[in-house]
Amino acid sequence: MSASVETTPETRTTGPVRRKPRRKRRPAVLITQIAVAVFVVLGWELCARAGIVDEFFFSKPSDIVSRTIDWFATGSIWEHLQITLVEAALALVIGGLLGLVIGFLLARVEFIAAVFDPYIKVLNALPRVVLAPIFLLWFGLGIWSKVAFGVTLVFFIVFFNTYQGVREVDRVVVDNARMLGAKEGQLVRHVLLPSALTWIFSSLHISVGFAIVGAVVGEYLGASKGVGYLISQAEGTFDTTGVFAGMFVLSAVVLVVDVAVNRVERYLLRWKPSQDNNFGGGQR
Amino acid sequence: MGDDPVARAVELRGVTMAYRARDGDYTAVSDVDLAVDRGRFVSVVGPTGCGKSTVLNAVAGLLPPAAGEVLIEGQPLRGLNRKAGYMFQQDGLLPWKTVLDNVAFGLQLRGTSKSERDELARDWITRVGLAGFEDSYPHQLSGGMRKRTAVAQTWIGDPEMLLMDEPFGALDVQTRQVMENELLTLWTGTEKTVLFVTHDLDEAISLSDEVVLLSAGPASRIVGTYPVDLPRPRNLLDIRTSPEFTEIYRAIWSDLRDEVMKTYERIG
Repeated sequence: MSASVETTPETRTTGPVRRKPRRKRRPAVLITQIAVAVFVVLGWELCARAGIVDEFFFSKPSDIVSRTIDWFATGSIWEHLQITLVEAALALVIGGLLGLVIGFLLARVEFIAAVFDPYIKVLNALPRVVLAPIFLLWFGLGIWSKVAFGVTLVFFIVFFNTYQGVREVDRVVVDNARMLGAKEGQLVRHVLLPSALTWIFSSLHISVGFAIVGAVVGEYLGASKGVGYLISQAEGTFDTTGVFAGMFVLSAVVLVVDVAVNRVERYLLRWKPSQDNNFGGGQR
Repeated sequence: MGDDPVARAVELRGVTMAYRARDGDYTAVSDVDLAVDRGRFVSVVGPTGCGKSTVLNAVAGLLPPAAGEVLIEGQPLRGLNRKAGYMFQQDGLLPWKTVLDNVAFGLQLRGTSKSERDELARDWITRVGLAGFEDSYPHQLSGGMRKRTAVAQTWIGDPEMLLMDEPFGALDVQTRQVMENELLTLWTGTEKTVLFVTHDLDEAISLSDEVVLLSAGPASRIVGTYPVDLPRPRNLLDIRTSPEFTEIYRAIWSDLRDEVMKTYERIG
């Protein structure tokens, strides 16, 4: 049985469908983008200098930039950034693992899902910020109260995505794997887990964003270190420049993290057809 | 042939398949008796919604019958049919595995070593004409190429019987004929039993030794079994115009047409 089929019409004409090259940004768009930035920053600066907006409440870009440079030059910012990022990372890992395990359990065991469904809904409906004070009491002013707070945010995202990913796995793929000889454990490893991970990875931007939000908000409400603490300190002394500089550093860091997450996501989901998505992390 | 139960790869005795639907039970097929001899290529045809796939799922063990018995090689079937390979209507390829890993998947599940299963998988990939696409993911392939991967994935485990549920239904006509031809080439001389479900009478006759006709659903029964005595090996590109083919086609079609009409009358 020598099924030599190299030259069938359909294999010859279709190679693997290459991913579409990223759409090139047109120069006009780029120029306009720069123009908008220049207009806003320059307008702000001029208005502040001319006294049209109150410098006390709005600061001015040149001050914010020099403050930021100052932070980095003296190195005082690193300690705060490090704390915030460690808190976010811990919240991401712990919340992610909890969400994965519990999501899997509920998706696979109908009984547990039925029992816990109302509780999950109640917990998720709770505005998470109100948990911050109680976590401060329980875990103190150190990093763990912020981690706990971040975990409550990350957990639900990962949980719902895992639950969905396991439940909505393609029936045919499961049947096919079973017919090929997959036992329950192998089914979990080769079919259900990858399916759930797809959902989790596609929500990675949101999870990472929430982990950082959790850390910063937690610090803002009570801490001795971290970017959130820095901002809250500046606010306490009516130091508008410090508040803006903190915001500026924070959004720059989040952008860098976002790019890294993009890379990771593209690698992990390389088997998926690519989708153009301009506003990947627009949840915060 | 036929009377010795051991020679029968598959036997259905009074099989009824029912689903629990919202408005009471829905009986897909009722009281089906069917015997498939070992090494035969048997097609099941019938109008849309007559429960052809349900019969296949019963033989695969994916869906237990509500009544009756499924015998595989003379033994009552419990759980999944481990002797069967199943090709689904939509391919069940794992989208997160490459072509190579997909083809090797069945062997991986059995615990075959990586080097051994990769070697065998490469062999099969070449045999189905996909050499060079080992590292592609399913979404990068055309429909025909995905079918080829599915064929390799199913055949690599060397199952004694093959269950095929309209495997080429979604392909365009030309690709479909090519795939049918390759399936026959692959099958010839293997002694594998094939149960092939299709709604396309052309396809059924040109591939099979025997065509089984199911009546319109619900609660379909077997209307008749028609032997196809066309000589093998067959060239599918020419066979459809031969007078013998046309004669068999006409005989089955007159019965099938009645069932199709019933289906349409029911749907309105």
